[in-house]
Amino acid sequence: MTWSEMQPLLEQACWDTLYMVGWSTLIAVVGGLPLGVLLVLTDRGELLQNVVANKVIGQVVNVTRSLPFIILMVALMTFTRWITGTTIGREAAIVPLAIGAIPFFARLVETSVREVDHGLVEAVQAMGGNTWTIVRKVLVPESLPSLISGTTTTIVALIGYSAMAGTVGAGGLGDIAIRYGYQRFETELMWITVAILAVVISLIQFAGDYAARGLHRRSGRSGPAPKLRLLKVREPATADTGKAA
Amino acid sequence: MITTSGLTKVYRSRGREVTALDGVDLHVREGEVYGVIGQSGAGKSSLIRCVNLLERPTAGTVTVAGRDLTALAGRGPRAGRELRAARSRIGMVFQHFNLLSSRTVQDNVELPLEILGRSGKERSRKALELLDLVGLADQAKAYPAQLSGGQKQRVGIARALAGDPKVLLSDEATSALDPETTRSILQLLRDLNQQLGLTVLLITHEMDVVKSVCDSAALMEQGRIVESGTVTELLATPGSELAAALFPVSGNISGDDRTVIDVTFHGEAATQPVISQLARTYNIDISILGAAIDTVAGKQIGRMRVELPGRYEDNVVPIGFLREQGLQIDVLGREQEPALVKEGAVE
Repeated sequence: MTWSEMQPLLEQACWDTLYMVGWSTLIAVVGGLPLGVLLVLTDRGELLQNVVANKVIGQVVNVTRSLPFIILMVALMTFTRWITGTTIGREAAIVPLAIGAIPFFARLVETSVREVDHGLVEAVQAMGGNTWTIVRKVLVPESLPSLISGTTTTIVALIGYSAMAGTVGAGGLGDIAIRYGYQRFETELMWITVAILAVVISLIQFAGDYAARGLHRRSGRSGPAPKLRLLKVREPATADTGKAA
Repeated sequence: MITTSGLTKVYRSRGREVTALDGVDLHVREGEVYGVIGQSGAGKSSLIRCVNLLERPTAGTVTVAGRDLTALAGRGPRAGRELRAARSRIGMVFQHFNLLSSRTVQDNVELPLEILGRSGKERSRKALELLDLVGLADQAKAYPAQLSGGQKQRVGIARALAGDPKVLLSDEATSALDPETTRSILQLLRDLNQQLGLTVLLITHEMDVVKSVCDSAALMEQGRIVESGTVTELLATPGSELAAALFPVSGNISGDDRTVIDVTFHGEAATQPVISQLARTYNIDISILGAAIDTVAGKQIGRMRVELPGRYEDNVVPIGFLREQGLQIDVLGREQEPALVKEGAVE
């Protein structure tokens, strides 16, 4: 296979991956964030303590997470058709990707939100804040760096899952690597695909870490600032942590 | 301003019951600084959390500024609208400051105002005004992590005042601070108490805190209030544990046939040369074992531990003389007169 043959294939695959992962991440965050917060709030001794709800949500999350992605994709076919009107193609792949990622992200959210100091919740309660205020002004903003790291992890996991989306004809980089590289022995194309994936994942991880650490640094909760040699970043005026006496 | 009656809090976990508060009756007058002191585990924290109902008392009532908060609480663990409104009029400062690290100092102070639904302009005006009041106007845009402990607590205090409360609750506000910073924070609380007429209820395990800012104090032990009263009353109560701790004098008896007495001077009496008068009038040798002068609750007070020759029986007359001079006399190693038993003491 020559480069001129490979190029359009790869280009299309890149867009397909981006499209599927982008949408499913968005849905996973929108669905997983409230679910994760609910997992914390309904737990024993928390603001909306509800043991039954907590157990039910927990079990749904566990079962969804335990299904292998390919099985989930097949199991969701009826649902997918109901939503998108088809069971093949990029749009059809987004549904199982998003459904699979929601509980994954919800667990990450749960861990992040649990780490928020209970004293902050108490302080807002003492000001007369209600549960919604506590979620909006304390739990989410205070765990934001950690939530961003969780989102990064989710995106990377979704890129991995999206390779299997090829089985429903959705395309994408992973699909190219399997169909051309593995099944047709186009070793060269396979390595190029793998290299592109590696670069994409590194970039995403880097961007996520940078954003999370930037927020961390602002609030002074972690050590050194992220190292960036490629770009010159102006120090924010408030970042003079040395001043703390 | 704050009244609790029969306040009881029992924690249940895995079938075990722990009584944190055991019928606490507390009365804090308007405009005073009231200190509750006790060791950890005495129930101080539960007490202060029951005042704004962060903890639901198992029994008893809490009245703040004439409103029975326990009646507002309703059923279930969530705070209803009325209770939340009542809480917004009670400021609270915490040992570990509890500032949101994701917000700037100014935004932290604005938080209670956001909850009260004030407009952006009003919030920022009020926040800057309060930061000015606590001496942090220049740090408005800083993040809490960039501040020292004392500065963080100032922000905590500014935040607590945002809703124009009549009452401020202080939960060990100075316990995480060094002595110098503690003094400046206590001074700030005192100033606010005087300037704004703020009623302050503070809990602490440090006697110095009570000594430097409190008008009244209570001693807590095992969920009960063992002693309480204004600091002046307490110091005038022979055998008061709080008084002894507030104002300790040391010195040990040197022999069997000797009497050791603690003489406490208040106000006028402090200026009289009573000891030399005593020595001259009764021709006895007096040795001074220890003495101290201090300012407690803004009043000068002196205490001296002296040793007189002979047993108590031989010294009834000189001791009577000292009492006549308006001094408070505690004779060491003797039972206190029954009329002066400690308030609420239980055995």
